[in-house]
Amino acid sequence: MTKAEDDAKALLDLGQSVVERATTAGADVAEAGVHSGSHLSVKVRKGKPELVEEAGSRALGLRVMVGQRVASTYTSDLSEAGKRTLIEDALELARLSESDAFAGPPDRSELSSPSEWKDLDTFDEGVSKITADEALERALQGERAAFAFDPRISNSEGASFTRARGVSALVTSSGFMGSDCGTYASMVVNPVADDEGGKKRSGYHWTAARHYADLEPSQAVGEEAARRTIAQLGATKLPTQELPVVFDKDAARSILGLFAGCIVGGSIWRKSSYLVDRVGTRVASDLVDIVDDPLLARAPGSRAFDGEGLLSRRSVVVEAGVLRSYLMDTYSARKLGLKSTASAARSPSGGVSPSSSNLMLKATSQSRDELLAETQHGLYVTGMMGFGFNAVTGDFSRGASGFLIEDGKLSHPVSEITISLNLDQILQRIDAVANDLDHRTAVASPTFRVSSMTLAGS
Amino acid sequence: MIARYHAPFAEQGSHTIDADIANRLLKISLGKGGDYADLFFEYSVSGSYIYDEQILKSARRAVSMGLGVRVMKGDATGYAYCEDFSFDAMKEAAETAAQIAAGGKPVAPLGVSMMRDIPSRYPVPVESLDVEGEAKKALLERADRAARASDPRVIRVDASFAESLREILVANSLGHMARDRQPLIRFGVRVIAEDGGNRQSGSSGGGGRMGLDYFDERTPEAHAEQAVRQALVMLDAREAPAGEMDVVLGPGDSGILLHEAVGHGLEADFNRKKTSNYSDRVGEEVASELCTVVDDASLLGSRGSINVDDEGQLPARSVLIEGGVLNGYMQDRHSADFFGTSPDGHGRRQSFRSHPMPRMTNTMLLGGTDAPEDVIRSVSRGVYAKKFGGGQVDISNGDFVFSLTEGYLIEDGRVTAPLKGVNLIGNGPDAMRKVVMLGHDFQVSDGIWTCGKDGQSVPVGVGCPTIKIAGMTVGGTQMAG
Repeated sequence: MTKAEDDAKALLDLGQSVVERATTAGADVAEAGVHSGSHLSVKVRKGKPELVEEAGSRALGLRVMVGQRVASTYTSDLSEAGKRTLIEDALELARLSESDAFAGPPDRSELSSPSEWKDLDTFDEGVSKITADEALERALQGERAAFAFDPRISNSEGASFTRARGVSALVTSSGFMGSDCGTYASMVVNPVADDEGGKKRSGYHWTAARHYADLEPSQAVGEEAARRTIAQLGATKLPTQELPVVFDKDAARSILGLFAGCIVGGSIWRKSSYLVDRVGTRVASDLVDIVDDPLLARAPGSRAFDGEGLLSRRSVVVEAGVLRSYLMDTYSARKLGLKSTASAARSPSGGVSPSSSNLMLKATSQSRDELLAETQHGLYVTGMMGFGFNAVTGDFSRGASGFLIEDGKLSHPVSEITISLNLDQILQRIDAVANDLDHRTAVASPTFRVSSMTLAGS
Repeated sequence: MIARYHAPFAEQGSHTIDADIANRLLKISLGKGGDYADLFFEYSVSGSYIYDEQILKSARRAVSMGLGVRVMKGDATGYAYCEDFSFDAMKEAAETAAQIAAGGKPVAPLGVSMMRDIPSRYPVPVESLDVEGEAKKALLERADRAARASDPRVIRVDASFAESLREILVANSLGHMARDRQPLIRFGVRVIAEDGGNRQSGSSGGGGRMGLDYFDERTPEAHAEQAVRQALVMLDAREAPAGEMDVVLGPGDSGILLHEAVGHGLEADFNRKKTSNYSDRVGEEVASELCTVVDDASLLGSRGSINVDDEGQLPARSVLIEGGVLNGYMQDRHSADFFGTSPDGHGRRQSFRSHPMPRMTNTMLLGGTDAPEDVIRSVSRGVYAKKFGGGQVDISNGDFVFSLTEGYLIEDGRVTAPLKGVNLIGNGPDAMRKVVMLGHDFQVSDGIWTCGKDGQSVPVGVGCPTIKIAGMTVGGTQMAG
């Protein structure tokens, strides 16, 4: 057995003993999620190590039901006393809760079994073997590349390299037992340049992957970070106006992330989403297809089964602009009179709620440059700030920075402006989608253009 | 009464940490020649209760504990942690952190002794975690009932109560050892009101380092009423204007402006690295002369208050800007060493899993002399900002945004129509120079704010009077016509 398999076995045994003890103590349903992980995180700044952090951790989350009364508990104290408190507290709290007619585990017939689980290639032993010295060297290379790229890079917030490895297990009293393991490595470079009036411009670029070999080279990350930092020099406000807005793939992902929060079943039954009662209706332009796919190999949000043990599956959320499905766990599906889409996410602290896995807006065949070339005048957004989004109404207003687009090319850098439009309108006004989708993040989008938004500035 | 939850490392705990054990671990930490080491023992218990659809739908509790070991050598920090207090586990963490100084000669730490005269800024007679759950359920029921009874347009109510207790013990190689027990509660009500096809939400919340005595001052019914009022007001909200105009910020919660526009840029780590737009500007005018900004950890029972920081220092009141002039930065140990000054109690961390950084406690703009009505009367066309969803700043250039969840149009000196949610954007020093009036109605916000930095969250407080800013960008959708 490999080390990860050994770890998984130990976590499954621990989960099983806690489930047995909780049911003996009076729980009608008990579900234990056990995690163990280790990480190394280093940071360098101006050519010198600034931080080396290394640690491992383990934790146990428990959800119990007494009848249909629900409670959950968590502990990082795995001593006998710690486990006893975990179980006693869970039962005490469940008895305080009130009966919820929709509460309950999924039907046994819906649970998946090991033979059905796909190998999603999320674990790379090579990641766990990266030493502190190697990590420091990669971070140093990245930062050096940024400084060497342009003399205007005068300072640095540093460069970091992190590697993590995690193993988790889920054991439920309905008979589900499953484990999962994954690795993740990432690097970020964050250079700083001096601008006029004492202002500084800070930019960054990063790479992340489940396999060590899939990381972008440190040199390239550092150079791209420097390019992004320098490009912002001399940024100014623009006059208040309405204009086409192109979201680069980072900004576009952030828009898609807001949408992700509005399509989960929990937001729908709570009526906390502007997409209540919208299945089957147009929610985006016909260029827009959005899918949630937990079965992508090596992707950040991939998982063979969901947080309740259901077999993971691909869900079409938006098809040619029409909303096809919400993302639901067992509870929210029951609340809505629908079937779970196997979208349950179990938090380490024991709670279960629906969540997207790898949520993507589909790419087209048009390149980003072609998309820009057909934009005569517009705003190209590379960064957004603040929390200006109301999920209940879809109202959106956030700080933005990026570039003016003139004659189909990026021109002057822009900052300290806001862009506003209701999210429903943003998605319906998408009139071009590019082909630059990547899977660095669990929510991912290619560059897209919105035909018109309000920019507030000077 | 004996508290139900106790740190294992406390005096009568299962793994008591005394001066002798601390000294042994510090010696191992400096075994490779570090300049400084500290040990951060933490035990935290948190609980939450969610009341939804007229039942107590879920209840949660979590226990988290461990030791974080930090070793510093020059500008480099080694950090490691463990989650149990067996000597072997703690020793391994100390040895891992010590590696940062690999190759050096062992250094002897000064023997630790417990600090005396630690202040008591949150004397709670009965900790919330020791009160039976039924009492908290009753508070949530009261909020739910009050919200539902107040208006037929209210279609959903959920109320939540969160409580935590954080016990810490810090010991460092300079001989200091200090402990603190930090309670915290937070109550919140959220409602959704519907009229025709129009649906809007409203919320209200508060709390602090208190017990259930908090509700003697601020009842669940008062929060319910606030939340309902906000949702109903928003049913009539119109599109907000876009462009630059005068902005009046209401007292209390608007202190988030100070936190974003000024506070973060004055955290000493950014200034040590010269990556803040306030770097090298001590003694310069960075705000209008009306502005005096303080960060004060000593407010009784406030969400951002602390008796001891997470490096074992005693924080007090730091004057950051006085009469518009930059007075100094907020220091942790690392930055204080760099600036050749003393740490002033701003070293905070989310948990034993993370190293400390300079952080804010309660950040406040002190009150002025204007009557709040006069401030509003002075504006011919602008926006009155009452409640906020949050804010963010780019430290390097000072650009900040904050999002309004309740705002109104000001027309001819009068507050008129409610506005849909909108963002305000500005630049820190620029906005602070445009502060032209300050009310005499200073208020500290009720305890709801959490500050995030480098992935670490800590509870904070904010406060301010009514503020007039002459010209700020309002990010609405309505072009001036």
